[in-house]
Formats: sequence, structure tokens, C-alpha cells
Amino acid sequence: MTDMTATYAALEPSRAEKFRQRTVPLIAFAVLLLVIPLFNPSRSMVTLLNHMGITIVFALSYNMLLGRAGLLSFGHAVYMGLGGYFAVHVMNWVADGSGFWGAVPVFTMPAFGFGAGALAGAVIGWPSCRRAGTPFAMISLGVAELVAAAGFMFDSLFGGEMGISGDRMSGPEFLGLSLGPVDEVYWFIAFWTFIGVLGTYAFTRTPLGKLSEATRDNPERVEFVGYSPQRVRYLVFIFAGAFAGMAGGMSAVQDEIFTPENLSLIPSGAILIATYVGGIRYFTGPIMGAIIMTYMGSNLSDYTAGWLLYLGLMFVGVVMFLPNGIAGIVYGTTDTIRAGRLGEVWQSWLIRLAGLVLIATSVITIVEVAFRWSEGYGEVFEPFGLHLDTTNLLTWVLGVVPLVLGVLLVLKSAKGESK
Amino acid sequence: MTPALELTDLRKSFGPAKIIQGVDLSVGKGERHAIIGPNGAGKSTLFNLISGRFMPSSGEVRLGGELISGKKPYQINRMGLSRSFQVSNIFTNMTVRENVRCGVLYSMGYGYSFWRNIGNLKEVSEKTAHILDEVGLLEKANLPAALLPYADQRTLEIAITIAGGADVILLDEPTAGMSHSETDRAVALIEKASKGKTLLIVEHDMGVVFNLADRISVLVYGEIIATGTPEEIRGDAKVREAYLGEEAEDAA
Repeated sequence: MTDMTATYAALEPSRAEKFRQRTVPLIAFAVLLLVIPLFNPSRSMVTLLNHMGITIVFALSYNMLLGRAGLLSFGHAVYMGLGGYFAVHVMNWVADGSGFWGAVPVFTMPAFGFGAGALAGAVIGWPSCRRAGTPFAMISLGVAELVAAAGFMFDSLFGGEMGISGDRMSGPEFLGLSLGPVDEVYWFIAFWTFIGVLGTYAFTRTPLGKLSEATRDNPERVEFVGYSPQRVRYLVFIFAGAFAGMAGGMSAVQDEIFTPENLSLIPSGAILIATYVGGIRYFTGPIMGAIIMTYMGSNLSDYTAGWLLYLGLMFVGVVMFLPNGIAGIVYGTTDTIRAGRLGEVWQSWLIRLAGLVLIATSVITIVEVAFRWSEGYGEVFEPFGLHLDTTNLLTWVLGVVPLVLGVLLVLKSAKGESK
Repeated sequence: MTPALELTDLRKSFGPAKIIQGVDLSVGKGERHAIIGPNGAGKSTLFNLISGRFMPSSGEVRLGGELISGKKPYQINRMGLSRSFQVSNIFTNMTVRENVRCGVLYSMGYGYSFWRNIGNLKEVSEKTAHILDEVGLLEKANLPAALLPYADQRTLEIAITIAGGADVILLDEPTAGMSHSETDRAVALIEKASKGKTLLIVEHDMGVVFNLADRISVLVYGEIIATGTPEEIRGDAKVREAYLGEEAEDAA
């Protein structure tokens, strides 16, 4: 019998393994959050980091649906938006300072957002979680349109096109944070980002979290082991709404404003892209996606007017060729290195990288030249001192030759890998 | 004594097609009952009616005396009836252990709980490991279910079915597509797993049926034409004529 228990115990990851795989990354994340301010980031950098934190929580909440439960939602911004709106209203009640609200610190806004998001999820999820798959996706789209339209109609609740703004410096201070300067807001965001990561991770470890994966894989079988797939989806939906609302509460404090735009399909689409590009099969995928997309959204636009186009191309590329997203590349690469197979594959990887760089050269040339041509101001794309206009033969050479070569190289490396 | 499972004048039609045409069947507690019949006789439909996947057009299904026809599959499962599928119906992206654990969870009283860490549920882990051991999948516990060879997937199918500790077990062609040695192992497993339980099994392999079953019912065109012990069925002229033919002689 002792032997048997020993074999049974070996099934589960050992205490040390659990510590290494689960606790250590969380501690590392907390340390990272604590250490960042030591580098004295600029104000705009801190604002960017704050937005990253918000998007991380939002993307993780979205992946509770898409990656874990297999539910494709086109309207997840509704829950972040409603949570955020509620938080802004609460901030205004706090600013009025009468009765109970006068004692509520603005630091706690994400908790209010969490509650409002959960409530919104509970109400809207009731009809929409009866079915998965296409009906669910369609309903989510309809609900998003509906709520966004309502946002423009009910001025007293949503403030019309101007939205509703609040003041994060009102109310009592919490932990000595006035939340005035952005670097104080940083601590607020860091705290709630950590709570968001911890909370969504813990959820994946609960019976309900595991059941949501089972329901994604095979809803029928779930029904024959004693669970209602509808109920599983509904509960997961409420939690996803809650964490999205929490991100909304974070955003309410950081940006001090919510507009009906925040409820629309645009942020819903953006979070879908960020989550998918990051990698929906991994818990950390949405985190990576949120960081990269927030960075691109704020910085790429400084370099090129065509940044949305590049974003779109990247999304299409990931959907077609990298179903596991950036996290898939990261983990695939580290696994290969750890297994000591780098020696076998490095040539093929280099070829692929060269191919991708060549493809990117062509794509960028075509896009940038086309943009300037269509604007009609006679502006010319001049990378590295080259004068690339539509009449220059070099433009067309750069637009075509690297593309062809790049595709050939990528195909070659793919063939090499399949051998 | 109330029978474990009782079907009364059960009928099911899909549009004009009458698939099940008045089935009466009573399976006693602890009995191993096999349903045989030619292709298209309605065996799988019968299972779907009992397990709640389909609603009967008319008639009743009772589990331990309680009416279950009209209830949802998960409600029926909670009342102590569990079934397997003809085509493996497992959670492909999860590991073997996680698959079985899904089957164990509800019976251990962990509903839809989201405030507990699943890794800390000791009795769930132990029960899961015990089931894996019983079906012989302990070594493959941490493999993704999709990577299992076919016979192991069939075994996993049975493991999920018995994991919840249901008293009445329905197995739909558990040995379909298996080799001889795999079939022998599956039969041994079914015998072990159904000890003290009520078993209803649909099976094409006559060797398996006559080995395993206490009683056999023959379903032809949605009607049961005979029910009896293996000897009685073997000797039944109607059955021979309708279905068994040469196969029965071989098995005998």
C-alpha cells in the first residue's frame, strides 16, 4: 500500500516543482513591478506602463473566455467599459464626500469595477451563454453594438460623446498615496495588476477553471459527468466580466475619463487581437500580447501613419502561421534550447529569420511608398538616405525581390524543419 | 425489489421515422445486461434516450424507481447513471489524469466551486489515481489524451464513465475497433469495474456478449424481440432467424 501511495503521489507535480513553476514566476513578477521605478522612468514611460498594466488585466480576463472556455466574444470591452463607468461615478460620489462615499479611497476603484463588471456579466451572460460557438459570438457582437449605442443615448449615465470624467485626487488617501502624479498612480496600477494576474491565475486552478477547459474541449461529455455546460460558461462569463470591470476601474483612475467609445467594438477588437497575438493557449500569452500591443499602439504611431495596417498584417500572420502566438514562440524556443536541440535547428531558424526580415523589407517599402503616394503631398519615403518614390526603379525592386526571396527562404526552412 | 433500470413502452421517432417502437426492459440491480441487434436496430438511440441525450417521444425511463425521462443528461448523471460513447468522447486537450478528474469531481461534492485549489483536493487526487490504477493508465497519466493510442482512448472513455461512481453504467460498444488481445483486456476491465454495479452494454462482438452478460436482449427494428439468459437467446429460433445466424453457432 505504501508503494501505491508513492506512485500516486508521483502523478502530481512535487512541492518543489509547484514552487518553481507557479510561485517563482509570481514572485519574479512582483519583484519586477517593485523594481521598475528604481530606473526613474520618464512620465510618458510611466503612463505607458500604467496602460500596459490595465491591458494585461483586460487581456487576461478576455482569455478566460477565448483561450480557456473557447468562447469568442466580440464585445468584451462592454464589461471593462461598464466597470470603468461605474468607477468614475463612484469617484464623483467620493468627490462629493457625503456619507459613506466620503470615506472610500479612490485606491479601491478597481474593486467597484470588479463588482460592476460581474453584475454586467451576470445580466448579459444569462441569455448569451446558452449557446457556444457562432451564436455566442454573434450575440456578443449584438450586445456590444447595443450597449455602445445606449452609451450615446443615455447622457446622464454615460455623458454623451464627451463621456464622464472624475478626479482621482479626491477622497481619503490610502497608503499615503495622493494618486496625483503618475508615479503614484504607478503603485496603484502595479498593485491591481498583480491582483489581476494572481486572481486570473488562481481561477485556472479551481474546479470551475478546469471545467471551463473541459467544456471548451467537449461540452457534450461535460454534461455526462454531471455538469451543465451552460452553467459552466455562465459562471466563467461572470468572472471574465468581473476582471474586465476591474481593468475598467484601473483605467478610470489612470485616465480619469470614460466615454461611450470605451464600450464600442474598437476596444473589443483590440483586446481580441492583443490576446490572440500573445497566445491564447498559455496563461502568460495575453500578458505578452498586452505589453507588445500597448507599446506598439503608443509608439509605432510616432514612426508611421500606417501602424494600424502593420498591426492588422501581424494579426493575420499570427492567425495563419502562429496559432500559439508570441508565447508559443517564446516557450517553443526555450524548450528547444533546454532540450539541447539548438545545434540541430539554429541554421533553419537563421534562414527563417532572414526570410522574415526580407519579407518585412518589401512590405514596409510598399506600404510606406503607397501611403505617401495616396496622400498626394509629394512626400517621399527616404529610409537610410534612399529616395524611394513611385518612379524610382529601386522602389519596385525593393518591393518585389526581397519578398520573393524571403518567401522562398521561409519555405525552405519550413521544409527543413519537417524532415 | 425495484429494478435498477426500467423502460416502459419507450418510443422515439425522428419525423416520420420510428426508430424505437415501444421498448419494455427491466434490468435488475447488479445485473449485467447486453443489448444486441443488427446495425440500425436503434441500439445507440436507445442509449441516448436512457441517458438523456434525446427526449423520448413517449414512454418512461426509471432509474431505481425514479422517473428520469425528460431530465437533462447532467441531472441523470448526478442521480447515478453514467454512460460511455461509441466514438471516443474525451477531453482531448487535457491530460489523462485531468480527464478522469473531471469525471470524479462532481461525485466528490465539488460542484462548480471556484474558491478551492483543485491541486489541494486530496480525496479527488486519490480517487483519480485509484481509477487510473484500476484501468491501467497510471503510467500514462500525464500524457495529453489526444496522444493516446486508440485502445487507450477507449479505456480512458470507460475510466471517465466509471469515475463518478455511478451505480448504473451504460457502455456503448466498448470494444469496437479493438484487436483480440485489446478486447480481452477491455472485457477484464469491464468485469472488474462493473462489480456490484448494474451494467447495460451494447456490443457487436458476440464472444464478449456471451462471456459478460447475465441476460441479453435482442433489438430489431426498434423492438425487443427476445430477452433471456445467453443459453435461452442462443436457443431462441426467432433470434436465430432475425439476427444471429452463423455467428451464434460460432460463439457456441
